[in-house]
Amino acid sequence: MSLLPILIFICSALLIGWIIPFRWRIWVILVLSLLAVYWLQPDLAIRNLAFLLPTVSIVLTLATWAITRPSDQSNDTKQKSWRLGLLLTGGIILIVGLMRYLGPLCCLTAYRPPDIFRVLIFMIVGGGIALMPIIFPKAKRIFSTLAILFIITIFVVLKSPLLLQSASSGLRGITGQPVELANPQDIIWFGFSFLAFRLLHALFDFRTGKLPAYHLDEFLVYVLFFPTLPAGPIDRSQRFIGDLRQPKGKPPQNRWQGSQRIIWGLFKKFVIADGLALIALNSQNAAQVNSTLWMWLLLYAYALRIYFDFAGYTDLAIGLGKYVGINLPENFDHPYFKQNMTAFWNSWHITLAQWFRAYYFNPVVRSMRTRFKILPAWVVIIIAQFTTMILIGLWHGITWNFAIWGIWHGLGLFIHNRWSNWIRTRPGCTPSQPGVQHALQFGGWFLTFNYVSLGWVWFALPTVSLSLNVFQKLFGI
Amino acid sequence: MSTTEIDKSQDTAKPYSVRNVLFKTAILFILANLIFAAFYPLPAIGKFSAYNHLFPGRQRLPYGDNPQKAYNLSLFNLEAMFASHELSGKEKSQNEFRVIFIGDSSTWGFLLPDDQTITAKINAADLQLPDGRTVRAYNLGYPVMSLTKDLVILSYAMRYQADLIVWPVTLESFPYDKQLYPPLLLNNPDPVKKLIKEYKLNLDPNSVHWVEPGFWGRTIIGARRSLADIFRLQLYGILWSATGIDQDIPETYTARQEDLQNDLSFHNLKPDQIQENDLAFDILDAGIKMAGNTPVLLINEPMFISRGKNSEIRYNFYYPRWAYDGYRQLLSVISNQKGWNYKDYWNVIPADDFTNSAVHMDSNGTTIFARQVMEAILELANPKPG
Repeated sequence: MSLLPILIFICSALLIGWIIPFRWRIWVILVLSLLAVYWLQPDLAIRNLAFLLPTVSIVLTLATWAITRPSDQSNDTKQKSWRLGLLLTGGIILIVGLMRYLGPLCCLTAYRPPDIFRVLIFMIVGGGIALMPIIFPKAKRIFSTLAILFIITIFVVLKSPLLLQSASSGLRGITGQPVELANPQDIIWFGFSFLAFRLLHALFDFRTGKLPAYHLDEFLVYVLFFPTLPAGPIDRSQRFIGDLRQPKGKPPQNRWQGSQRIIWGLFKKFVIADGLALIALNSQNAAQVNSTLWMWLLLYAYALRIYFDFAGYTDLAIGLGKYVGINLPENFDHPYFKQNMTAFWNSWHITLAQWFRAYYFNPVVRSMRTRFKILPAWVVIIIAQFTTMILIGLWHGITWNFAIWGIWHGLGLFIHNRWSNWIRTRPGCTPSQPGVQHALQFGGWFLTFNYVSLGWVWFALPTVSLSLNVFQKLFGI
Repeated sequence: MSTTEIDKSQDTAKPYSVRNVLFKTAILFILANLIFAAFYPLPAIGKFSAYNHLFPGRQRLPYGDNPQKAYNLSLFNLEAMFASHELSGKEKSQNEFRVIFIGDSSTWGFLLPDDQTITAKINAADLQLPDGRTVRAYNLGYPVMSLTKDLVILSYAMRYQADLIVWPVTLESFPYDKQLYPPLLLNNPDPVKKLIKEYKLNLDPNSVHWVEPGFWGRTIIGARRSLADIFRLQLYGILWSATGIDQDIPETYTARQEDLQNDLSFHNLKPDQIQENDLAFDILDAGIKMAGNTPVLLINEPMFISRGKNSEIRYNFYYPRWAYDGYRQLLSVISNQKGWNYKDYWNVIPADDFTNSAVHMDSNGTTIFARQVMEAILELANPKPG
């Protein structure tokens, strides 16, 4: 994301927090978030797809709300609330579409929206799909299963270059565009990675009966909240909507804290991360650099760059959230200062790790302990930890390198887990002298930082062979 | 996996202290911009360089329009450009015979890695003079055809105690309409105007659109692009050091034009009437005067000679025969009259050794050219008696 949208977001959030009365705040945030979904979507080669994808994001959100909405939500006020939310959402989609006809004012989007006929078809079909769970309230569980499968399927397609290529060919066939030009870059769905995980969280919690009742406007704002569209964090709806209903902190303090976070975020992203990007490890320089020392420098530059880039965006999101009275969760807590892998994963992309812990790791461990009671604890942990980390790796993209990155971290976590257990059972092995303790702490930090940094070799490069080649250079083999 | 608590101390920030901090920050920022605009220290900032300190200096001046692949970029800060060059980091030793090359893309080595440029080939030859000194050549070519650009580069190069300046030229650098067009010159009006005035050059300093920043352009905000370029040049130094790459050389390129247009025109000159006043010989003269006691070896650089369609009226894409023949004649006569050290190597390189333009040689062509130049250097450094 460039500076311009960030500056517009900053001004908008500041104005919302400053001058918009509380009772109107949610609606203004909603309008801004809906517009941002379209505005930030990049143009795509496949006709009308750049308009269709944000529309599907909104339809999916509406449908998830309709599925998770309690059936007894029938009093007049609540009915009015969701009808108003629906009307507003439809109105925004229509306005974005109609900008096509505004001549020089066209367009809010990076692309020309489809003609009004197509926009209306998208709206009618999308609205129909979204409202199905309200029309057939008894089939909500089936709808929730379908929605989960649909979101996961889309997610898998978007993260797999091969499937994207096929999807692009298919879509080009439908639109009558040259199929031979199909390319994975034809389908870029802005913000879907984070949106999908918020929707899945709602659907999973609905199935386990943990999801409270939300108004449509609240749920739309939770899923599409504009500061969190580009890079999260993946907040929990219970916490987020709590803040939305009862803003946290006093406005002057919020503005001050928000400004601090935004300034830090801008500095981290646009000064440090973008500066380091010039020298960070990539597929081009990985093949060109032969010296061991330079290769380590490139690797450390990458490790710092990826942290400052992501942490910078998180700071921006948290700062913008504070302006409007919402305390978004932290995503990073000095991860590179941690002394072991478990502590690292408690402080790196915290919300994603928590999501996987809540919806994959814990259920898998519980299930294995009840179903396979003969399995020793360490086997259960190794299976759960490795598969969790592989899934986190594949969340970034379905490639061998991301899978190996996940295995790399799974192995690190498992080794630390076994080491901790071993040391816990031998109190005599823990040194009491402060000097030795400091040396061990330093050693722990050194090992953890370098293990994580070496893991980035898999993450940063596109192929296993190139990654192995870099490892050879790093160790002078 | 626990979330981090927001620093509790932040919660105690009071509105008036927030206002104070914001007010002071704004005042400091405005002051910093005003001071920057008043002194406009971009040239001084350019002198601070990580090159020759944290990593080696570049072997040729920074130039490139694809920084991510070339680890190099074009910028307009002459001080930063020179500070990044290896010349700035090398003390001249007693046994060094320092030869500085200026000129266009042919000298710079377009489409050649930096170990295959003419200066690299001369250095690889480890040329010894009879007095025991070793010839060490430095590349200050810059890929733009303009004698005025060469003159500006030379004015900076004079700081570096050259024993000999080698100045390869070609006709395309001579027309007056080519002199002030390079962006490098338009963005450096002060040194160019100073040279025009000092050497009374036949150039009108008011006829071009100089890039002269106004008040806002001189502030930190206005100069942010120039500042960022200096910063990026330093960062790309890391990858330049790590890889030795300073140019994005494509695997394939469009070869120099063999079949030519039936066109006799050359800039705004009338065919068969080329005169001394039509070409910027005064700038060449200024360069040789500027060099003072340092000898200058003036070279008419090699060019591609086409054998294709219309080659009977044109030598190549750049030159109709009448213009180039007239120019060679003039350059030879004037050099003789003025006592310049002049060599004409216009046709010494086989046609197959030119790459994407009529003046860009491949490695083999550059080797042949380097041999010729080395002979000339030896001749000049060790003149035969009588």
